Amino acid sequence: MIPTPPAPLVVGPLTRTDLVRYQGASGDMQPVHHDEPFARSAGYDKPLSLGMLHAGLLGTWSAQWLGADAVRRFKVRFAERAFPGDTLTCTGSIVEERRTEVDVELTCTTQAGAVVASAWATFALEEPT
Amino acid sequence: MVDRSALGATGAPFVLDVENGKLREFAAATFGTVSADGTAPPTFLTTAFHWQHADSDPWEQVRMDPARGLHAEQEFVFHGAPPKAGDRLIGTSRIADIYDKQRRSGGTLTFVVMVTEFRDESGRLVAESTLTGVETE
Repeated sequence: MIPTPPAPLVVGPLTRTDLVRYQGASGDMQPVHHDEPFARSAGYDKPLSLGMLHAGLLGTWSAQWLGADAVRRFKVRFAERAFPGDTLTCTGSIVEERRTEVDVELTCTTQAGAVVASAWATFALEEPT
Repeated sequence: MVDRSALGATGAPFVLDVENGKLREFAAATFGTVSADGTAPPTFLTTAFHWQHADSDPWEQVRMDPARGLHAEQEFVFHGAPPKAGDRLIGTSRIADIYDKQRRSGGTLTFVVMVTEFRDESGRLVAESTLTGVETE
């Protein structure tokens, strides 16, 4: 029996602090994500959010739904960019249910509806008795 | 410009200790909480950044242009339950593939795939992390 999905995870408006906290936690210190002059020199108005932060949010939402210990595969593809000020919504649905596993599709979108990340994940299910 | 001679390059093994404090910090940064049994969140192995340096990181040999390079995809595969607090993993990264794709709009995209295998101290394969980067022409 697959649990009902939780409410979508809504994060935002994203702040520079959110980006810096993720960078410190992950160890990815690329300056384009926190250094304003560097970001401008790279052609952005603001520091760019991190694809792996968006992946992490999808991980949080899906683990809350199906259990962190049950994940067996988690593949994310990065699409549109996000910036401080954007509000991200993470949700997903079942693609295929098998006897011992379920495949789900996850998406992280901005308030404008732009998809910043899509993920495909497989979670183990308890053996039916 | 991607250096194609990096294909097959393999880094020295590195240790990744799954630490309680790091799990809490990562969970907070991704707007979650650590599960009661200390299981790492699905994308936690990206914290290999903290453990992997020069000789263990063959990505540096790819020499992708940071102005034209992007992280396109990331995949984690777990052979059984994901790691938990207290686990010690040994990671080894290799440049597994370098290939081109023609854009419909013209121009070439160069994809580079790095696979990192994580084993426990007994040598059992616990997880694989696959990073796909792309450089535009």
